[in-house]
Amino acid sequence: MAKYTLRRLLQFIPTLFGVYTFAFFLMRVLPGDAATYLVGFHGSASALAALHAKLHLDDPILVQYVSFLGNLVRGDLGNSYITGDPVLDIIGRALPATAQLMVVATIISVALGLPLGVISALRKDSLVDNLTRILVVLGASLPTFWLGIQLQIVFAVNLHWLPVSGVGLDAHIILPSIALAVATTALLARMTRSSLLDELNQDYIRTAHSKGLRERAVVWRHALRNAFLPVLTVWGLSLADLLTGALLVEVIFSWPGMGRLLVQSITTRDYPLLQANLIILAMTYAGANLIVDLLYTLVDPRIRYD
Amino acid sequence: MTDTAQNAKTPVAVLKNRPKGQRTFIGDALRRLLRNPLAIVGLAIVIIMIVMALFAPQIAPYSPIQTNLKLYVKPPSPDHILGTDDVGRDVFSRIIYGAQISLEVSILSMVLGIALGVPLGMVSGFYGGRIDTFIMRLTDVFLAFPLLLLAIALVAAIGPSQNSAFIALGIAIWPYFARLARGQALALKNHDFVVAARSIGARDARILAAHMLPNMLTPIIIYATLQIAAVILNESALAFLGLGAQPPTPSWGGMLASTRSFLTSAPWLPTYPGIAIFLASLGFNLLGDGLRDALDVKQR
Repeated sequence: MAKYTLRRLLQFIPTLFGVYTFAFFLMRVLPGDAATYLVGFHGSASALAALHAKLHLDDPILVQYVSFLGNLVRGDLGNSYITGDPVLDIIGRALPATAQLMVVATIISVALGLPLGVISALRKDSLVDNLTRILVVLGASLPTFWLGIQLQIVFAVNLHWLPVSGVGLDAHIILPSIALAVATTALLARMTRSSLLDELNQDYIRTAHSKGLRERAVVWRHALRNAFLPVLTVWGLSLADLLTGALLVEVIFSWPGMGRLLVQSITTRDYPLLQANLIILAMTYAGANLIVDLLYTLVDPRIRYD
Repeated sequence: MTDTAQNAKTPVAVLKNRPKGQRTFIGDALRRLLRNPLAIVGLAIVIIMIVMALFAPQIAPYSPIQTNLKLYVKPPSPDHILGTDDVGRDVFSRIIYGAQISLEVSILSMVLGIALGVPLGMVSGFYGGRIDTFIMRLTDVFLAFPLLLLAIALVAAIGPSQNSAFIALGIAIWPYFARLARGQALALKNHDFVVAARSIGARDARILAAHMLPNMLTPIIIYATLQIAAVILNESALAFLGLGAQPPTPSWGGMLASTRSFLTSAPWLPTYPGIAIFLASLGFNLLGDGLRDALDVKQR
């Protein structure tokens, strides 16, 4: 276990390195360099040249790359072109808002998706099962941002039950997190259902039944434990949808998180902010996947990964 | 079951009466596909979408970009069955033309993703060793970004347009195809037919292209169909963020974004394009699920 954890952590390093490299060169492809934006497109040539020298933009690209990595290690991702603040400070203010949305959406999707999956597996072809299967098909095809708008139309504009947009850990978070949760709920329900159905057909379940165990004990103590394994994997995979979904939902509901920041950094061409945003989001996502992988070994002791 | 089976008296007669070439793999798969009602619904949606895209000029009652300020935000009526938008354009016509954008971008990005990913993945699985490690670490880097985020970053670098949307999405999905093709290549490379081809002196390129590739087309096609559904959603998300086809091009995501502010006064405006996105994605999802059930020999 410890050996696997260590190896998995070591494998993480080249990935991070690749992410940094990718983000660095991506910013070099962008139209116009930092100095052009700071001076303005109509700035004088001498001012531009001075700034070029100051920002080391005339250095060979490898030198720039090495100094970029050096700054990164020191936790310096540069300053925003627009506000001049360190980009990490700006992101530090936005990240919690995105995390809140993702956490609430995860709670909703686990609280709904798992029971729906269990019920539809146990009562195959019942009303709940059919409804769940419809939800599963719809959930995979609904555009999150459109769902958000429809929730606004129904629950905010027409029914006046909830605020249209805005931020806060109160009524404000309900609609955005529901919009975000639907796809993951559907995915979790689908995986729970199919993996529980698989388990219920296994020999050990027949054994458990035949030694006279009550249905509840068979399902809860035997089948479900094993069924959760694939569910965990799927939840890990759905993190990507949850994250990008959050970016879109934030735009719809004016939620001041990473998504709005990302869009803003693109439209204002605030490249250091964009670059840092990419790096932080990729690191968060890769880190979360790492944790899911490690949890996997905890849940299933059979897995040694050697 | 079939007429042949009912008329037949003996098993031998059944075999003799069997029309030539009746049971082929593709034929069986097609029959299984057509027995699946959900897959038929999916197929129908996909066909309708393709027809909409191909014959948009004939189907659409109005021009998708001609503005008419006298028709500022009109609710659905017999003349304009889905109403008109904030510059008086017919929403129905724009949605018909929108199918072109959505299909073009999704199919082109899929082709790009396959063209990049499948050869790299096959080489990776076939040769193994350092090439394999290098290509797989490369996919790790790309997969470290959620797909849409990577596409957003790439579009930001190339500059927003319909073409950058398909290039960005294609680059974002290649690692998935590389992983798939690598797995297939690993499974196939020790099969007798590969060994046989090698023993008669076939070169590696020929083994990969002529012997192994045809044998991995089925999983690639299934995966691509399912991925188109996801790519349609991601394409519309890019357009919604202003990073896809630019106005006045009628992209569904763009229509949603530009009419979002009408959610109190004209809620149908941001509603219809979303329904189109949803149906398109639903169609490919249902068809992809059906194809997987029909073609996947292992599942039977």
